[in-house]
Amino acid sequence: MLEIDGLTARYGRAQILNGVSLTLGDNEVVALLGRNGAGKSTTMKSVMGLVRQTGGSIRHDGQEIRGRASHTICRAGIGYVPEDRRIFGELTVEENLEVGRRPAREGAPQWTTEHLFQLFPNLAERRRNLGKQLSGGEQQMLTIARTLMGNPSLVLLDEPSEGIAPVIVEQMANVISELKREGLSVLISEQNLHFAREVSDRAYIIEKGTMRYEGKFSDLDANPEISTKYLAV
Amino acid sequence: MGFYLAQLLTGLANASSLFLIASGLSIIFGVTRIVNFAHGSFYMLGAYLAYTLVTTLQGGIPGYWFSVLAAAVLVGGIGLVVEMTILRRIYRAPELFQLVATFGVVLIVQDATLAIWGAEDLLGPRAPGLDRAVRLMGEPIPEYDLALIAIGPAVLAAIWLVFHRTRWGILVRAATQDREMVGALGVNQAWLFSAAFVLGSALAGLGGALQIPREAVSLQMDLSIIGEAFVVVVIGGMGSVTGAFVAAVLISVLNAFAILIFPQISIVLPFVVMAAVLIVRPYGLFGRPGSEHGGTEEPEQPLRLLDQRSTMVLLALVAMLAFSPAVVSDFTTILLVDVMVATLFAVSLHFMMGVGGMVSFGHAAYFGVGAYAAAMAVKVLGWGMLPAMALGPVAAALAALFFGWFCVRLSGVYLAMLTMAAAQILWGVTFQWQDVTGGDDGILGVWPDEWASSDRVYFYLALVLCLGGIWLLRRVAHSPFGYTLRGVRDSRIRAEAIGIDTRFHQWMGFTLAGTLAGLAGVVFVFSKGSVFPDALSIGHSIDGLIMVLLGGIHALAGPVYGAMAMVLIEDWVSRLDYWRFIFGGIILTVVLLAPDGLAGGVRRLIQLVRRDAA
Repeated sequence: MLEIDGLTARYGRAQILNGVSLTLGDNEVVALLGRNGAGKSTTMKSVMGLVRQTGGSIRHDGQEIRGRASHTICRAGIGYVPEDRRIFGELTVEENLEVGRRPAREGAPQWTTEHLFQLFPNLAERRRNLGKQLSGGEQQMLTIARTLMGNPSLVLLDEPSEGIAPVIVEQMANVISELKREGLSVLISEQNLHFAREVSDRAYIIEKGTMRYEGKFSDLDANPEISTKYLAV
Repeated sequence: MGFYLAQLLTGLANASSLFLIASGLSIIFGVTRIVNFAHGSFYMLGAYLAYTLVTTLQGGIPGYWFSVLAAAVLVGGIGLVVEMTILRRIYRAPELFQLVATFGVVLIVQDATLAIWGAEDLLGPRAPGLDRAVRLMGEPIPEYDLALIAIGPAVLAAIWLVFHRTRWGILVRAATQDREMVGALGVNQAWLFSAAFVLGSALAGLGGALQIPREAVSLQMDLSIIGEAFVVVVIGGMGSVTGAFVAAVLISVLNAFAILIFPQISIVLPFVVMAAVLIVRPYGLFGRPGSEHGGTEEPEQPLRLLDQRSTMVLLALVAMLAFSPAVVSDFTTILLVDVMVATLFAVSLHFMMGVGGMVSFGHAAYFGVGAYAAAMAVKVLGWGMLPAMALGPVAAALAALFFGWFCVRLSGVYLAMLTMAAAQILWGVTFQWQDVTGGDDGILGVWPDEWASSDRVYFYLALVLCLGGIWLLRRVAHSPFGYTLRGVRDSRIRAEAIGIDTRFHQWMGFTLAGTLAGLAGVVFVFSKGSVFPDALSIGHSIDGLIMVLLGGIHALAGPVYGAMAMVLIEDWVSRLDYWRFIFGGIILTVVLLAPDGLAGGVRRLIQLVRRDAA
C-alpha cells in the first residue's frame, strides 16, 4: 500500500528527516511513535506533498508519488487528517464535508454524508453549525469525516488523540477499528502509547528524523528500555 | 430635506459602483492572497470595452445591457489570460512578489489602452431608457443612479448564492481560510485560483462598464479607483464580500455628506475612515485573521556580514563611484545622483520590509515629507541649505513616529494598507493646502547654496549623505537592535515570550526607515530644485516596492540592484513612445525569470557559471 524509503525532508536549512523508511500493508493499521518534534508530522506531510524539499522515495501501490502536487496524491486515494485539525471554521459541518467530497474510487469503500453521520452521531446533530462552534473532539471527528468523504484507501491520521477528552479518545479508537473493518489502511502518528497499542497492528519509533525501532507491540512491551529511551518524556 | 435625500441617493449609487470593483478585489485576495494592483486596469478596460460595444451596436435598451455584460465577460477572459500566463507561475515566489507582477500588468494595460483607444477622454452615451431624472421630494434624481442602487445589492445577493449554494462557492470560501488544506483534500488549486481570478476581474469589468453613462472614460480610471477600492476591501475585511458592500456604502454615504461641510475632504476621507476602522478592528469589519497555514514561505535566511572579498569589491565600487565625476559627463553625474537617491530610498524601505518584516505601500510619504520640509525651510523660513537638509529627516522622523505608532499595531497586508492610508492622507494635505505647499504647482527654486551649486560638488555631497545613510542602515541591521527586529519579524510570539517589547521595536524600526527615506527626499529636492506632490504619491511608493522586490527582499544588496536597474531602465525607456509597455514587459520578464529578485538571479547565475567552470 505505502512504501517509504530513505525519505529526507528539510525546512529551510534545518534537516527534519534523515532517511525515514516505513512500509504499510493493505488493510493494516500501523502506529508511528515518537516524541514531539521527532518527525512524525513531517513524515505525513511529506507523503501528502505538503513539504517542499524532500528526497528519497514514497511509493503508493507501486507508484512513485514524491514531488507530486498534493491534490493528485489525494486523488490517488491517500487521505490526510492533520494534527491541528484545520477545520474550515466559517463553513458549516455539511459544507466542510462537501469540500472533502470526491467521486467514488474502485477498490476503496465509498462514504456518504449519511453513513458518516451514523459513524459520528455528534456531527449529525450539529450539521448546520459552523466549524468554529464545535468542541475540540467534534472538530477532530469532523476532520476524519471530511477526509473519508474523499473515499481514500489509505488514511494518514496525525495525532488523533491529542488534546481531546478521554471519552472521545475511546470513541476515536472505535472509529479506527471501524475503518480497518471497512478495509482501509491507516498510518497513525501518536505520542500516546496506550492508545496506539489499542488500535494498531505494528509500530515504528522515530527519533530525530531517523527510524529507531520497528516491530510488534508485544516485543516493545517485552523490552521496556526501548520505549523509555525513545518515548519517555 | 429633499436635498439630503438626493445626497444620500448619490452616495448609494457611488457605493454600488465601488462595491462591484471592491468585491472582485476581495475575492481575488481571499483565494489567491494576491494584492492585485491590476484590478483598476480591469475596471478601466471594462469601461473602454463597454464604450466601444455600446457605440458600435447602437441597439437601444437590450444593446446597452448586452454591451455591459459582454464587456464584463471579456474582462473576465483577460483576467484568465493574466492569471494563467503570469500569476500561476509565481504563486510559490515570496509573498508580495505577485504584486510587482500585477503592477507590470498595470503598465502594459495603460499603454495598450492608449494605443487602441487613444489619449482623448471618451464620453459615453446615456443608458437608453434610463436617461432622465425623476423628481423625489422636489429634487431631480438620475434614473440611472436608481438602477445602480438596485444593481449593487442584486450582485451581492448573486455572489452570496454562488458562495453558499454551489460546490465551487463552498470551495472558494474554504480556500479563503486554508487553501493548502483544500489542496490536500483533492481540489486542484490552480483551477480554483483561475476561476476566482476570472470572477473578480469580471466584476471589475462590470463596475467599469456600468460607469460609462456617469463619467468620461479615461486613461486615469485605473489608478484613480484602485486606492479607494483597496480601502473598501480593507475596511470590509479582506476576503469578505459582505464586508466590501458595507464598507462601500459607509465610505460613499459619508463622503456624500462630508463634502457638504468640507469640500476638500473627499481625497482623504476614505483613508481616514480606514485608519479609524483598522485601529478599532485590526482585520476590518468582517475580516478574520488569516490561517497560519497555506503560506509557502521559507524561513528567512540569516543575513551575513560581508566577508573580506565582498568588502573589497564594495570598497572598489564606492571608489569608482567617487572618481566617476572626473571621467563622465555632467549629465551622467546627475543621473548618478538619481541612482543614489533611489538606492537610499530603496534601502530604507528594505530595512523596514526585509529586516523589520513590515511591508509598506506608503513609504514615499516620508521621502516626500523630508523633501517638502527642506523645501519649505528654504522658501518659507529662508534657511540655508545645510540647516534645511538637517530639518528634512527630522520632519520625516516625526511623521514616521506619528503614523508608525498606528501602523505597528497591525501586521501583514493590513499594516501595508494603513501605511498607504497614511501616505494618501499626507499626499491629500499637500495637494490641497495650496497656500503652504503650493498644491499641484509644488515648490520651485530650491537650489543648493552657492558653494555646492556645481553638479560635481553636489554629487559628492549626495555621495556622502546617501552612502552614510546606507551604511547606517546596514550597521543597524547587524546591531542588537537589528537582531531584535529580525527576531520579531520571524516570530512575534517567541520574541514577546523572551521579554521583548515587539511593538516598540517595530515602531523604532519604522521611524528609522522613515527618517532615512526623508534624507533621500532632501538630497532629491536640492538636486532637482523643486518638489511636487507626486513625491508622496502611491505611484512613488510603488516605485520603491518594485525596487526592493525586483532587487530581492532576502538580500541586503537587493535594493541596491533594484534601484540601479529601476533608474537606469527608466532613464532609458522613458524617452521612448509606449515606454510603460516596455517597462511593464521588463518587470514581467524579471518576475518570471528570477522569482527571487535580481540579487537571487545574479547569485544563481554566478553559481551556474562556477559549476560550469569546475
